[in-house]
Amino acid sequence: MRMGMMGLKGIVIAAGLAVAGLSAAVQAAPQAAAPAVQGTDPGQQAAAAPGNVSNVAPTTASATPPADAASPALAMDGAPAMSSAEVNKAGPDGRNIGRPTDGMFDIQPQVTRNGQFAYWFHNKILFPLITIISLFVLALLIWVVIRFRQAANPVPSKTSHNTAIEVIWTLAPVAILVAIAIPSIGLLQAQFKPAPAGAVTLKAIGNQWYWTYQYPDNGGFEITANMLKEKDQVAAGERFRTDADGPRLLAADNRVVLPVGVPIRLITTSNDVIHSWAIPAFWMKLDAIPGRLNESSFTIERPGLYFGQCSELCGPRHAFMPIAVEAVPPAQFAAWVRAKGGTMPGRNADGTAKSSDKVIPQPGADANPTEKAGEFATPPAGLDPATKPLPATPQGATNNRTGAGNAGM
Amino acid sequence: MSPFQAHDHEHHHDADHKPAFFARWFMSTNHKDIGTLYLIFAIVAGIIGGAISGLMRAELAHPGIQYLGTWASMIHGGEQSLDQSLHLWNVLITAHGLIMVFFMVMPAMIGGFGNWFVPIMIGAPDMAFPRMNNISFWLLIPAFTLLLASPFVGGGAGTGWTIYAPLSTYGEPGPSVDMAILSLHLAGASSILGAINFITTIFNMRAPGMTLHKMPLFVWSVLVTAFLLLLALPVLAAAITMLLTDRNFGTTFFDPAGGGDPVLFQHLFWFFGHPEVYIMILPGFGMVSQIIATFSRKPVFGYLGMAYAMVAIGVVGFVVWAHHMFATGLSVNTKMYFTAATMVIAVPTGIKIFSWIATMWGGSLRFPTPMVWAIGFIFMFTVGGVTGVVLANGGVDDYMQDTYYVVAHFHYVLSLGAVFALFAGFYYWFPKMSGKMYNEFLGQLHFWVFFVGVNILFFPMHFLGLQGMPRRYPDYPDAYSTWNALASHGYEIMAAGMAIFFVNLIWSLLAGKKAPDNPWGEGATTLEWTLSSPPPFHQFETLPVIDGGKDH
Repeated sequence: MRMGMMGLKGIVIAAGLAVAGLSAAVQAAPQAAAPAVQGTDPGQQAAAAPGNVSNVAPTTASATPPADAASPALAMDGAPAMSSAEVNKAGPDGRNIGRPTDGMFDIQPQVTRNGQFAYWFHNKILFPLITIISLFVLALLIWVVIRFRQAANPVPSKTSHNTAIEVIWTLAPVAILVAIAIPSIGLLQAQFKPAPAGAVTLKAIGNQWYWTYQYPDNGGFEITANMLKEKDQVAAGERFRTDADGPRLLAADNRVVLPVGVPIRLITTSNDVIHSWAIPAFWMKLDAIPGRLNESSFTIERPGLYFGQCSELCGPRHAFMPIAVEAVPPAQFAAWVRAKGGTMPGRNADGTAKSSDKVIPQPGADANPTEKAGEFATPPAGLDPATKPLPATPQGATNNRTGAGNAGM
Repeated sequence: MSPFQAHDHEHHHDADHKPAFFARWFMSTNHKDIGTLYLIFAIVAGIIGGAISGLMRAELAHPGIQYLGTWASMIHGGEQSLDQSLHLWNVLITAHGLIMVFFMVMPAMIGGFGNWFVPIMIGAPDMAFPRMNNISFWLLIPAFTLLLASPFVGGGAGTGWTIYAPLSTYGEPGPSVDMAILSLHLAGASSILGAINFITTIFNMRAPGMTLHKMPLFVWSVLVTAFLLLLALPVLAAAITMLLTDRNFGTTFFDPAGGGDPVLFQHLFWFFGHPEVYIMILPGFGMVSQIIATFSRKPVFGYLGMAYAMVAIGVVGFVVWAHHMFATGLSVNTKMYFTAATMVIAVPTGIKIFSWIATMWGGSLRFPTPMVWAIGFIFMFTVGGVTGVVLANGGVDDYMQDTYYVVAHFHYVLSLGAVFALFAGFYYWFPKMSGKMYNEFLGQLHFWVFFVGVNILFFPMHFLGLQGMPRRYPDYPDAYSTWNALASHGYEIMAAGMAIFFVNLIWSLLAGKKAPDNPWGEGATTLEWTLSSPPPFHQFETLPVIDGGKDH
């Protein structure tokens, strides 16, 4: 028993040291080559830092105007531009990205850096550890039951104390827990790192039973997201869910569009009871509480569709207020914002660049302070916000402004 | 040999004089009769709470809403709207949680086995306050009635057992939630009175020679539990009183519109709620310690460590509450503290697990039904405990919070932990309480069927949680189908196990062999085995003197 515990302790301490080194590496790595999708390999995470993008209008050099057919801007009241049936296809290991996979044993693949860190922490430290401990206890029980059954050991020993072993089984768990605590505290620190200037702010507001989203840094326009009902649940002519929208109970009529590679500052609150804004693929869950503004941040590293669900009991249709995020390249995001009547920071309402905003701090600003945003581009033809006044009702696609919601069967 | 030698083997003639039926069972002040009432109550509540979970597993067996509309129509009559059907789901999960916590596990462990065996194990004739004992039990009846009636008076309380504001204040008008709150008030008052009774009894009524450090571990566990009840339940009472005034009298403790804060309720609730989970498991620890020692024919290994590990769990259990609130927007320092403090609990828990194994180590083990339940408890509680270590990490809970991983975790420590301990204790003490032996074959069969059933039921929930399925959902995306279907089949197996239990119970009461005073042999060293089976109506009219030299 003693050897087993000591060996275990050694493994755990080694793992703890490894992750301590890793978290340093993650913070030091400023540039991304290609965003890693899953944190299965610590080395992969280290290479997953976001590139030089920000919540500013794209440059002509780095961004091409989005092709009409692929633009989320056109998804306002029709079929979605990014088809759920085509993106986020299961990887070679059979796991879907951004949505659950049936019959899986594992955590959803992570597309944020903190998510990859946490995924690694769970899959490489916590999960092996708890498996070993459980099997160790099981093995001890089986051994004791066989070895010390009455037939094999008719005379019981009188031992009821052994200070040495009691000290060991007190200190060994302490050592294991300290080893867990090191990466755990590191993960918390990473998760609480505030979003840098230049982040896109997304304000998610919970309602019974739908989400409204505001983009305060982008002109403050608002969209409302209701769950899409099935074909047999809607009146003729009403929009129903298709496979392009996403899976049943996960697809929303309006997706939250967010840029890839740009830090997102998430702010949650609620208009009625407590809800919780959660996307498993981002390792993100933040309660939306009336009277409070909660803040967190994340950076999506891979374009795609990501689904989540309300995660705090909020009444009858708690299960029917999904969260659907469409992550697109920054240029496409800027185009979508303008199409919604919003603005990009560093740009006046008439589309001219603000002189004071020439240097926008970058996402990796602390590691890479000299990186500068490119010159501002002329907006893509036809999407000039100057020609599109902010609509009085920002979101026309849903009819639940009375708060009735329209989720359900 | 036993350190507990009762010197009161002959029973006085008056000791077995029992009152007439009504006076005996409705006005009872006898700790054993009240214990029996508690056990009957807990079994009835367990049947209801278990049946509700059956409804839930039936609904969850396949994606889509299957039965809720039908059930809602059955309860409220007529065609029910979708929202009313979905609300019924929330009523079911709320009722299941409240019933299992307040009306099944607590009454069975503390009210049932605590009442029955704490006085006997310390050599006392009865509880310190027999009439208060009576009111403790009878408060549960109106409490349970209020809860069960609430869906028929209003729409039912659909707030979850956590009754979070503001869903439980302006989120759900109508009388149902008020009734549920009053139900908790009464159940809480019952438990506070019971806790006072146990503390007084254990501190003042131990037989000569029964020092604190000679008390059986079950008595230690009830003592620690009683302190947790005494300190935690008034906080719940305060919190739900504030809910009531918020709901009915215009206060705004939890309403931001009046300067209140919904998160305050969560702090108050979990300051009660976390000790509550130890209230549900600590007496189980005590029972398992007795059983393991008995069937190993060996004293408990590391008695003092075992006793003070429970004290440590009780103390630390009061300073970890906010790990239930990791997604509410706590600050980074708060999350770090609660992460670290929560992990600390794994240390005394580990001491207990290893001490149980060390108690068996070197023993001469027999495996009658109580022992297999106790061994099953050790392993299942370990599995539930290690997932608790995962969930202790505040950073991990940005994913795990409110998913089925949490559901799996707390069912492993409660439905496979506390309930296994309850069955272990039930089979262990059934001969003593009833004077009849249970059927050994049916007992073993019950264990194995139940063991397989609950593991098929709850283990896949870990996978659902890892895939992100949120709790408290009546319908789920199709990608969660496989594991949910499997879990529902697990429920069927578990239910078959419960049927075996009830067959065994009825058969044993009607046709069981007469139980000897001590059916378990020389390993059973506590005082209850020195009495007849069942014990006389009043035991220890002359106090036993505990010799046996040194403390444990």
